Amino acid sequence: MPLLEVEGLDVRFALRQGEVQALRDVSFSLERGERLGIVGESGAGKSVAAFALLNLISRPGFIHAGSIRFDNEELTRYSERQWRRTRGNRISMIFQDPMMTLNPVLTIGAQMIECLRAHRRISTSEARKLSLARLRQVQIPSPEQRLDQYPHELSGGMRQRIVIAIALLLDPDLIVADEPTTALDVTIQAEIMALLLELCERHNVGLILITHDLGVVSQVTQRMLVMYAGRVIESGPTREIINDPQHPYTQGLINALPQMTPPGQRLNQIRGSMPSLAHIPSGCAFHPRCDFAQLPDGSPRPGCRAQVPPFVDSGNCRVACHMVRQMQQLDLEEATP
Amino acid sequence: MSESNPPPSATPDKALEQVAAGERVSRLKLLRESYLYYSFKRDIGVQLCLLIFALMVLAALFAPWIAPNDPYDLTQIDIMSSELPPFWVDGSDPRFPLGTDAQGRDMLSTILYGARVSLIIGFGAVALQALIGVVFGLLAGYLGGRVDALLMRLADVQLSFSTLMVAIIVGAIVQASFGRATYSSYAVALLVVIIGLAEWPQYARTVRATVLAEKGKEYVDAARVIGLPSRRIMFRHILPNAMSPIFVISTVQIANAIISEAALSFLGLGMPETQPSLGSLIRSGFDYIQSGSWWITLLPGAVLVVLVLVINLLGDWLRDVMNPRLYKN
Amino acid sequence: MAAFLIKRLGHAILVMLVISLVAFAIQNNLGDPIASMVGQSVPESERAALREQLGLNDPFITQYLRFAAGALQGDLGNSYFYREPALDVILRHLPATLELVFAASLLILLLSVPIGVFAAIKPRSLLSRAFMSVSILGISVPVFLTAIVLIQLYSIGMQFTLFPGDTGWGAWLNGLLSTQGGLPAFGRGNQLVHIVGSWWTNFASLDGLRHLILPAISLASIMLPLFIRLIRAEMLEVLQSEYVRFARAKGLHLRRIYFLHALKNTMLPVITVGGVQIGTMVAYTILTETVFQWPGMGLMFLEAINRSDIPLITAYLMIVGVIFVVTNTLVDLVYGLVNPTVKLTGSAA
Repeated sequence: MPLLEVEGLDVRFALRQGEVQALRDVSFSLERGERLGIVGESGAGKSVAAFALLNLISRPGFIHAGSIRFDNEELTRYSERQWRRTRGNRISMIFQDPMMTLNPVLTIGAQMIECLRAHRRISTSEARKLSLARLRQVQIPSPEQRLDQYPHELSGGMRQRIVIAIALLLDPDLIVADEPTTALDVTIQAEIMALLLELCERHNVGLILITHDLGVVSQVTQRMLVMYAGRVIESGPTREIINDPQHPYTQGLINALPQMTPPGQRLNQIRGSMPSLAHIPSGCAFHPRCDFAQLPDGSPRPGCRAQVPPFVDSGNCRVACHMVRQMQQLDLEEATP
Repeated sequence: MSESNPPPSATPDKALEQVAAGERVSRLKLLRESYLYYSFKRDIGVQLCLLIFALMVLAALFAPWIAPNDPYDLTQIDIMSSELPPFWVDGSDPRFPLGTDAQGRDMLSTILYGARVSLIIGFGAVALQALIGVVFGLLAGYLGGRVDALLMRLADVQLSFSTLMVAIIVGAIVQASFGRATYSSYAVALLVVIIGLAEWPQYARTVRATVLAEKGKEYVDAARVIGLPSRRIMFRHILPNAMSPIFVISTVQIANAIISEAALSFLGLGMPETQPSLGSLIRSGFDYIQSGSWWITLLPGAVLVVLVLVINLLGDWLRDVMNPRLYKN
Repeated sequence: MAAFLIKRLGHAILVMLVISLVAFAIQNNLGDPIASMVGQSVPESERAALREQLGLNDPFITQYLRFAAGALQGDLGNSYFYREPALDVILRHLPATLELVFAASLLILLLSVPIGVFAAIKPRSLLSRAFMSVSILGISVPVFLTAIVLIQLYSIGMQFTLFPGDTGWGAWLNGLLSTQGGLPAFGRGNQLVHIVGSWWTNFASLDGLRHLILPAISLASIMLPLFIRLIRAEMLEVLQSEYVRFARAKGLHLRRIYFLHALKNTMLPVITVGGVQIGTMVAYTILTETVFQWPGMGLMFLEAINRSDIPLITAYLMIVGVIFVVTNTLVDLVYGLVNPTVKLTGSAA
């Protein structure tokens, strides 16, 4: 029984121009203590997926369809009260920019203690003691002093440590981390990531890591999803996808990594750019940027333009691509006679 | 530079014309395809506001031709028909649809003429404010240093005193130094100057904030590197970026200027009763409110409120649609 | 803290310098102290001697310094009209104005915060929309006009006959719209209670409070919508912020998020703007007091203008300047205490 099971998640935004689908038919699952990476360019719907898990999508967005099963309970049927008891308690979240996530006018201590007291019936002094213990775990120097400080008195890296400490306060089963190191200095990024990884392993906490950094995903996660234009296009064990990407988009992402290019040569880019959610191309959303989807005369391949590719299994991975499916069929035809 | 010009192409004039024509067409097209036009077309309330505003401006502008009487012409006034109520109240006279004031002047005519005076002062004062504010704002933002400190301190002091207070004080000083009679005969021009001087800081702050934001950008550096004069960089390169916030605050400022004028006139520091604006009409009518002739003061008041309200609503809408980076502390 | 106070003091001195220069320039150019001291029959030679004796021929700076030194000792000249020190005249009128401002501020504070917060939390509710519509109407009605309308409706009373019919629905609707009037709309009333010195209060008797109602509502009428709109706009922005989202992700109760996390951040800019608006409020007291013949500083100032009582005008400017400087400093101090990112050492972190 997986800890988290997301099925056919469909999130929409009711805008003036009409409804826009931010997530289409997103499904994945996560075992207890497992770490899953969600990868994609900005605008692919990664963050929307993260917020959907906590029902924190704000107007005009809403969950249109799909199910989120967490520890055998259907979260989409939760009342606001049940959600409140879940958030921060069983599923907690780490946001992208630690400069923005802590309230500037409240002390660190107040922001930790209120979180504890929102979920447990404990006294302020007990809550303070627990907060202190967590601050020690995230290796913050002189933690007692920090409790009475305001966020602006601390550096970015320090603040993200505090956010991690808050996320771990109530021993959650799952942490959703949305680009937790992107806003930090490069020198601190690795430190914070290592700390997060270590704590998740030690406490056996599940982690959903949302990032555009394939390097981080390959170091930290066991499985990964690649998202494009609101859809999952490839999923499977991280190692296999990184070593042998099937989807042309994933291939493009990996080829674009600087270490994949010999020194002195131009980086490999995926041509074109991510479509806006309001104007998603028909069929396979990637087809205008895909080399495979182009016929020799330059016109798009009709199949790619007309039909949304279904998932096919490829080894331990699942891929949504017409090309991969065609190859498999060819293999089958060769094999049958 | 001229010596090294490349040889002109075959039909340079024609090409230029095409470019010019193309630009004109595309500007019109741009407007029609713009979000501004789009949201205007969808919003009936805003269309209604613009319609009312346009009608009021036109009625005020053509007051001498459409008003039934000339309130400045003493021969047309009959004291016997004074304090007649508007048409929906018993005892009204069909000659005076909105009634008459204490001197027997037709309310409709005085209101039309009054709105004319109010609008002239409102627009004039805003034009002056904008001129002073834009120049000072550009100077302060672009030159920085002592000029900036001096101008912005001045703006701070004026704003902390509130623009209405400054206008009242300046009005009082001007009236005391010129004497009431002289003040009355130049009242329109003087009020434009008073309100203009009192409210320039709003513009200056907005423009300065834009300049500071734009100054660090590369295109300004580029302009400086190729040796363009400061004046050209300020007016041709930086100022256009401040246009949408200037446009938005202008609507609010016109409403403010009209209210300021009305307030000054109500206090007796504005338009004289011989050449009344809406504010002085309200003031002169206020004396008769206790005797039951409420329309002499409340009808011009209602017109003033509608005028200011539609301008404010249009301003609100513009602010939402254009969403400029307005100055914030 | 000390550095902060010194910086504020420097700013205050600068502002007072500008104001006193303006005030002195007015007095110097417009007031003729000789004319107010001696009769018309006094020959020109005697006037010239007096002029010399009073130092009116001294250079501008010398005269200004003399004026400033006098002002520092509380000597703001003598009112032409009242024939007594201008400061005494102003202090006599000050309590009426302060009480009016206090009553209006109380109304603004008690109403703007709950309405603004509500309109931000429930932006789509009918009630919020109604509040916002009324508030834009409120901004568009000049203070003196609000005052006049209030007088017509609640002091004089107004019978509406908009709907036809002497009985039934028409009469009922007309009755609903019509008002009785009866509230006082002139002065402070004669049942004031003496507190101390020149301070007689409206707050200690029913009649006094009744006299306060219409002027206070009028004075509050323009600021209240401004504050409601400001609080709503700031709160809406704060509610979009990451830290509010994070607070929700922590599983906090919405009540706590709204009234602690969001409201505290909302009030920071509101405090600053509030400080600036105090100046506007003083300007509006002139209008309100004129309509209601409220015997405060504003009415006194307008009468001084009409009587060309130059010393009283300049004294009023100086006192208003002091009030602004003091309140602005207090507001900054409060802001510094509420906002932890401002260290009261003068530098913002």
